[in-house]
Amino acid sequence: MTKQLRSVDVVLVGFGWTGAIYAEKLTAAGLEVRAFERGPWRDTPGDFATTFAQDELRYYWRHGMFQEASQATLTFRNNGAQTALPMRHWGSFLPGNGVGGAGVHWNGQTYRFLPSDFEARSHNEDRYGPLPEHMTVQDYGVTYEELEPHFDYFEKICGICGQAGNLNGRTVDGGNPYEGPRSDDYPNPPMQMTFSQDRFAASARELGLNPFPVPSANMSRAYVNPLGLQLAPCTYCGFCEKHGCGNYSKSSPQTTIIPVLMQRPNFSLLTNSEVLRIEKSADGSRTTGVTYVDTSGDTYFQPAEMVVLCAYPLENTRLLLLSQIGEPYDPRTGEGVVGKNYCYQVMSSATVFFEEEFTNGFIGAGALGMVADDYNGDNFDHSGLGFIGGGYIACHTTNARPIESHPVPDGVPRWGSKWKRAVRENFLKTTSVGVHGASMAHRSNYLDLDPTYTDAHGRPLLRMTYDFTLNDRRLTQHLTPVAEQIARGMGGREVKVNDRRGSYDSVPYQTTHNTGGTIMGADPATSVVNRYCQSWDCPNLFVAGAGLFPQNAGYNPTGTVGALAYWSVDAIINQYLRQTGPLVQT
Amino acid sequence: MSLQTRRRVLQFMLLGSTAFAAPRGLFAAEYGRGKGMPWSPLKGETPYYGTNDDRFFSPAERETVAAICARLIPSDSDGPGASEADVVTFLDRQMAGFYGRGQHWYMQGPFGEGTATQGYQSEHPPAMLYRLALAELDSYCRTENGYPFVDLPAETQDEILTGLDEETIEFKGVSAKAFFDLILKNAVEGFFADPIYGGNRDMIAWRYIGFPGTRYDYRDFVGHGGAAVRLEPVSLMGRPGWNRS
Repeated sequence: MTKQLRSVDVVLVGFGWTGAIYAEKLTAAGLEVRAFERGPWRDTPGDFATTFAQDELRYYWRHGMFQEASQATLTFRNNGAQTALPMRHWGSFLPGNGVGGAGVHWNGQTYRFLPSDFEARSHNEDRYGPLPEHMTVQDYGVTYEELEPHFDYFEKICGICGQAGNLNGRTVDGGNPYEGPRSDDYPNPPMQMTFSQDRFAASARELGLNPFPVPSANMSRAYVNPLGLQLAPCTYCGFCEKHGCGNYSKSSPQTTIIPVLMQRPNFSLLTNSEVLRIEKSADGSRTTGVTYVDTSGDTYFQPAEMVVLCAYPLENTRLLLLSQIGEPYDPRTGEGVVGKNYCYQVMSSATVFFEEEFTNGFIGAGALGMVADDYNGDNFDHSGLGFIGGGYIACHTTNARPIESHPVPDGVPRWGSKWKRAVRENFLKTTSVGVHGASMAHRSNYLDLDPTYTDAHGRPLLRMTYDFTLNDRRLTQHLTPVAEQIARGMGGREVKVNDRRGSYDSVPYQTTHNTGGTIMGADPATSVVNRYCQSWDCPNLFVAGAGLFPQNAGYNPTGTVGALAYWSVDAIINQYLRQTGPLVQT
Repeated sequence: MSLQTRRRVLQFMLLGSTAFAAPRGLFAAEYGRGKGMPWSPLKGETPYYGTNDDRFFSPAERETVAAICARLIPSDSDGPGASEADVVTFLDRQMAGFYGRGQHWYMQGPFGEGTATQGYQSEHPPAMLYRLALAELDSYCRTENGYPFVDLPAETQDEILTGLDEETIEFKGVSAKAFFDLILKNAVEGFFADPIYGGNRDMIAWRYIGFPGTRYDYRDFVGHGGAAVRLEPVSLMGRPGWNRS
């Protein structure tokens, strides 16, 4: 039997970056906030202290901080003609689990999307004419200018280390000349670069490109954020992505927000408590709270005046579908919205093998890198190219964790003496130039509920139907040769090109940048939430995260995820609380 | 899995745990309400690293696995291989633990063959896949070569492993290719993982490739400028000199 609890002002479903952001702002505004996290509590001293955090097997290969696939995974197929099968363990991407979510085990590369990325349909159609049929790219309904103060605040919360390229419209040397105007510089200077970045930058400049330091959430110096929380200088230990930082050097919900939140009497958090359903009023016009289950197997109804979905995009989408909120997307008619415009990221790279020089890749950090944006977004002329969007081209030194990172040149077998020798010869002498490509929405790529497979609670798994599109293929074919050209100019012995061919493969790790499914927009017929991330169907339901992206840009998502959360919570506090109801009239 | 089953699994995990205190990650708990950051000593979950008592393989299976690993990562004039690193002990412990049981994997049916892009679809968790495939390998070798795998010359062993890799040899009831891919992945894990897991003995594989292990501060070396940075490796349990007389 479901037990009913005392009502609270706000329920947050999921407690990673966006949960912490909403909780901090809403409790500061005086509301009683209760957060639900299906995974465990996690903090620096108990869960990833320096004495045991650097464990590649435990955290990456045995999925120490990722969602338990045994509890809930998703099913996958490349197209609607195939039968989707469960991802029995994680591969291509790694959804987070536990307090802090993926914000614990991210790399910390923290970008702002370009102004044109928020207007991907109107901007590109204005410049190049109508987009192809079935390319369901849309505008966000919110502009870069509107988000700018929120980008700025998130960067200050995180203490992002970078070099401005556009301060209030003035171009600054050494930064990204293509970025949208910034109201303020980064709060901290860039990280110290290594040999690989120096070679990359020199080669890129030789080709007329404009390399700049990757905006980093790994600290270049000690920093105190606006909430009074202190971050320590990064030690370049090389155990960043897929690991927690034991040194308080990586911005995460734990290091930048949660300790302040835990002091507030009007905040509570339930861990190992999974929200099963968002409940609705009889007429379906409002949410009334959530039903959740804890580890004893007992279910509870937690009433609330407002619900915010702060889980991973895939789980936010599934919760809406399971709760029957919003029209599910139908790829045959193109109608419906929930599950629409699932997008990913189109990754490729060129590995450089040096003969004499050592890259010493173990001296690294998650966001240690130099990057060029000359082929990102609409920073170059796409006339006659047959695709829109682009990607950044970067040289990161994130790690030399040896199970994961032991590249060998072309032609080397994958086991035996020749392989082993090639690993030894090249382990300390490689680096890589990566292309981080945008992924444009297509009518046939979507998320829905699987008809066959269920989770530990008997609920349908989410089903992903996804393949790279013609736009993706043309994009990667255009950009990968640029990366190769930069790589060839870096002075190595040889270069191996790892291009993106064939269908999307769910097995090898690519990136945990899954977007769409709960997209935002200006029209309830084509989006799940309005420009303030408020449900078109239930005005007291808000959605956070990269699921809001109508398509994915050529950047890591977290900067934009943070800015959208601050933008949305600002609208809740300054508009919605004064007069509850739809913030956009239809 | 029903809730009741889930509860039983949780109870099983607790009872089966070697920890004397309940790992804090297992139960629902409330935090906040102005109480500040929780902290208590010794509440972190310990990794499953296995001990010498954690064995899954029979003696014959263990010999065969060791022989396979010795071909995947050979000991040769260039340096140590899976044998010196004791990769088989790593594998034995892994198969005896949650990984071998597929405890964190989604193992509900129905099971279909799937496309290559859909990944692992065997109905067997890793340990059972090893067991069934090793039996098939044994029977294949006896039929085709007259001897079990361990007694064949290295060149023949390599030919057979190539056959599994390239799918020219197939097993009954279990995918030879799935087994090959898994044991190759696991052998590389055992070679390069921290020595706490039983392989990479004395950090022999790290020393071979020049990886300094779990040192955590390289600030003095960031500006290396392409010169070699040679540092003695350190593991999560320190260095051999620290904990051995």
